[in-house]
Amino acid sequence: MGLSPQFGLNDYLLALPITLLTLFALGILLIDLMLPPEEKWVNAVTALVGVLFAARAVYNVQAWMQASGLPRVSGFMGTVLVDRFSIYFFYLFLAGTAISILMSMRYMTTEHENHGEYYTLMLLSVVGMMSMAAGFDIVLIFIGLELMAISTYVLVGFLRRDRRSNEAALKYLLLGAFSSGIFAYGLSLLYGLTGSTNLAVIGNQLSRILLREPHNPIAIVALLTTITGLLFKIAAIPFHQWAPDAYEGAPTCITGFMSVAVKAAGWAMLFRILIGSIGTPFVPGGLLAMRATWVPVLVFVSIATMTGANFAALTQTNTKRLLAYSSIAHVGYMLLGLIAGTLTQLNPDGVKGILIYLLVYTFMNLGAFGVITSLRHRNVIGDELDDLNGLYSRAPVEAVLMLIFLFSLAGIPPLAGFWGKYFIFLSLIETGHYALASLGVLYSVFGLYYYLKMANAMFMGQPEERGLLPVSWSMRAALVVAAFATLFIGIMPERFIHLVNWSLGMAQNPMVAKLIH
Amino acid sequence: MQNHILSIILFTPLVGALILLFVPKENKDAIRWIANFFALGGFLVSLPLAPMFWSQMQSADRFKFIEGVPNNWIPSIGAGYVIGIDGISFLLIMLTTLLGWISILSSWTAIENRVKEYYIWFLILQTGMLGVFMALDFFLFFVFWEAMLVPMYLLIGIWGGPRKLYAAIKFFLYTLAGSVLMLLGILFLYFHHHALTGIYTFSLTALYETAPKIYSDPAYGPTIATLLFFAFFFAFAIKVPMFPFHTWLPDAHVEAPTAGSVILAGVLLKMGTYGFIRFSLPFFPDVLMHTKVRGWMITLSIIAILYGALVSLMQKDMKKLVAYSSVSHLGFCTLGIFALTPLGLSGSVLQQINHGVSTGALFLIVGILYERRHTREIAEYGGISNVMPVYATITLIMFLSSMGLPLLNGFVGEYYIMLGAFMENWKWAAWAVPGVVLAAAYLLWLYQRVFFGPVSNPKNEKLQDLTPREVLTFVPLLIMAFWIGLYPKPFLQILDQPVNQIVQNVRAPQAGAAMNASVQPNEVPPEIPPIIDDRSQPYHGPKPVIAPPKGKN
Repeated sequence: MGLSPQFGLNDYLLALPITLLTLFALGILLIDLMLPPEEKWVNAVTALVGVLFAARAVYNVQAWMQASGLPRVSGFMGTVLVDRFSIYFFYLFLAGTAISILMSMRYMTTEHENHGEYYTLMLLSVVGMMSMAAGFDIVLIFIGLELMAISTYVLVGFLRRDRRSNEAALKYLLLGAFSSGIFAYGLSLLYGLTGSTNLAVIGNQLSRILLREPHNPIAIVALLTTITGLLFKIAAIPFHQWAPDAYEGAPTCITGFMSVAVKAAGWAMLFRILIGSIGTPFVPGGLLAMRATWVPVLVFVSIATMTGANFAALTQTNTKRLLAYSSIAHVGYMLLGLIAGTLTQLNPDGVKGILIYLLVYTFMNLGAFGVITSLRHRNVIGDELDDLNGLYSRAPVEAVLMLIFLFSLAGIPPLAGFWGKYFIFLSLIETGHYALASLGVLYSVFGLYYYLKMANAMFMGQPEERGLLPVSWSMRAALVVAAFATLFIGIMPERFIHLVNWSLGMAQNPMVAKLIH
Repeated sequence: MQNHILSIILFTPLVGALILLFVPKENKDAIRWIANFFALGGFLVSLPLAPMFWSQMQSADRFKFIEGVPNNWIPSIGAGYVIGIDGISFLLIMLTTLLGWISILSSWTAIENRVKEYYIWFLILQTGMLGVFMALDFFLFFVFWEAMLVPMYLLIGIWGGPRKLYAAIKFFLYTLAGSVLMLLGILFLYFHHHALTGIYTFSLTALYETAPKIYSDPAYGPTIATLLFFAFFFAFAIKVPMFPFHTWLPDAHVEAPTAGSVILAGVLLKMGTYGFIRFSLPFFPDVLMHTKVRGWMITLSIIAILYGALVSLMQKDMKKLVAYSSVSHLGFCTLGIFALTPLGLSGSVLQQINHGVSTGALFLIVGILYERRHTREIAEYGGISNVMPVYATITLIMFLSSMGLPLLNGFVGEYYIMLGAFMENWKWAAWAVPGVVLAAAYLLWLYQRVFFGPVSNPKNEKLQDLTPREVLTFVPLLIMAFWIGLYPKPFLQILDQPVNQIVQNVRAPQAGAAMNASVQPNEVPPEIPPIIDDRSQPYHGPKPVIAPPKGKN
């Protein structure tokens, strides 16, 4: 094919992380053929190296952007827009993927499904996520979404011999395809309405149309269908039904991966389409002009999500389902950050809250799923609440780490999870949404109950089997990284707040923080 | 040394907990020695604070031994590691280090399984509690306030009685539910401060300047100020616990291990009253002075006094009796606080110390009997003074101190509270008096049933009297009981400055009102609602046009 004359060097630099990941993904397929069964761990190591290379490439892009002083770089004829916001998400995806790979190594061996395709699909789904986070064109975003989603469908059903896994994959596939269809319909309406697939153009045209005709019916239908697709991907009630089943059936490490990286990608896409490119100068894109219409929708969805998920989680006896509902509940809190502000103005602290939330959520939720993953050994599936009984006497370190993750999920300071909630509620108070803030904090107390159920089982229950739980070194490494991050972000958040401020292009001093003028 | 004494006191227990992490858990005696070493060490390093504080007592600074500057911890949100003390927190810190040591000493034989974790959590708890009393930054305060729930939850949940899980979860959920609303309140004050000054900070001294202005600010007004008061009120009232929020307390107390109960009653409950004194009073003076809120607070306090005492009378379980008596005693403390007189407030703080000493001792007393017989049913005992004379003597002294007999500590505190309440409204004191009588009734009746008469139960004939270690746990408490009872002057002197300052601030007409000539500044406002009946006329203050930005309150 050769280098296309329309693409400059910049374009290739921007595509470097994605290219590297694709190459490694394909490389794993080749290496896998040559590996004897007992050396399949090489696949995982290759995948990890790929992630590291990709991270380095992202760093190169970041350094280049900083050196040239550009807040954002557009490439591939405007379809890709790499700004600090997308770089932040790149790192988030890569961190989540690296920890998930570490968690998978022993698990997949125990399941006798240690194939190279597993890691290939993981890396390919990261390629999809990056396209979603960096895409500024609805076609690219949609292709990224599908790449990610199809990879995940296969990963969910990766335990071929397990009926739950098959059922989950089929359910996820059907519902996912359905929602993608609705989403694509919404995007096509947007294209028809505005005549462009570029989000910035869509945004401009849309605001012009709305000025003429504030309640353009096609625009509203387009908004509702698009937002349905977006909410499906982040699993907000009432579009959440796939999540508990898919989470329960998937291999536990994939559940962890889905709950952080896939979900973060959903959020990145949501930001892109609902807001545009955040930073200074701000590039409004997509549906920001219709904020007055989507805020009430989100208020409803957010309240429904917090209520439904918290109540549903109370009665769960399967830890994976419980954590699935808890992660749905977290989506409810995060949505509050988008609601903060007025009908026409977005609140910077709310967006900041969501980004910090996603950061801390990556570590604490992956950590919690990591501990659940490590319960799978020999013939024990280990995903029932009772399997946690007396974990402290069988694996004291894991139990204490799990306690840290659980309290962090519950939002107890000084753990990282607190900061996510803190900034969300801060933005709500700042903009006068006192009732929503009160509702949110009370639901977070509610949430504590089911986390305590798990803590009770670990520390106060009696173990059913004796003997220490075998935990692999890679799992240990993953858990230590996650726990360290959870504690460190919790106690010393300053640097991470700066990081998020940087990614949003906000001034570091909150007194002059302005996102949208 | 002098500059960092508070940090040293704060982190000594935490260092002990970290060291314990590296001791193998089979080595129980080493763990016990190390834990006791650090607990005693925590107490000993806090002792030099007393002369140091005494020498600085008269200095005009509101807070002494301040460490850290505002916003040094997380500059981008305006939170800082700022700690410092005044007379009130000084006394509570000394109480905490003393009781922490005593309760760790008392657990030597009581805790047999999972010894290592027990001491680790206990030492972490100790740091959390000290942090609450030292923090001069609202954010830091909140972190300690919440973080301290985790170790307490585990102490109740792992080493508790038969219904420990229920009690632990109830304790955790109740307290958390109160404090999340407080977080929203804190955030509101934070933004309000920014609106007035352009600075984002959680620094307590900065918020003291701006928070009282919410009431007279036309943008917010009395309604918002009252709602804010209640956002804080729930957090503190659940912790105290005040009357309708007390239901977690008997469960937590009965199920907690002895040392946990001592800390729970002795220190944790004081965090609620401390919160009222440190935050609610200075932040919302107008809400207290000009609305019906104060009447409600007094009413709830009196209900707590009487209700707690009456329920105590009916208990068959000794520990539950002591737990309900705490409700009654803490009712006195809140009565003293909301009387808003210097005498009442001093009495209230002193009574908090007294309650820590006496009720802490009562829980130890119950625990000692429980350790020997594994039951707390009053009916199982009788004539114990025949077999355990030393124990009976100490118990009697502590019972008398708890019921407020003159010459012992309880009397001084209650007397001051009554006097303070009487000066505001004689009816308040009149309603509270039966509480004192009932306290004598339930304690003396308990004493009579357990200690007097012949040994009614053959199982009690061979009970061993106190061991030297057990006597040692009571000695400091006895000294404190007699000291405060016979010579309370130094304690009152320590409290003098902060208490007067707080009461003056609350009573002083606020910035907005001061501009208005129609308000006589030094008159006790006549519109304090009388107790029980609500015929008070809410006073909405002369609506000020605008609050001058640099009012000195």
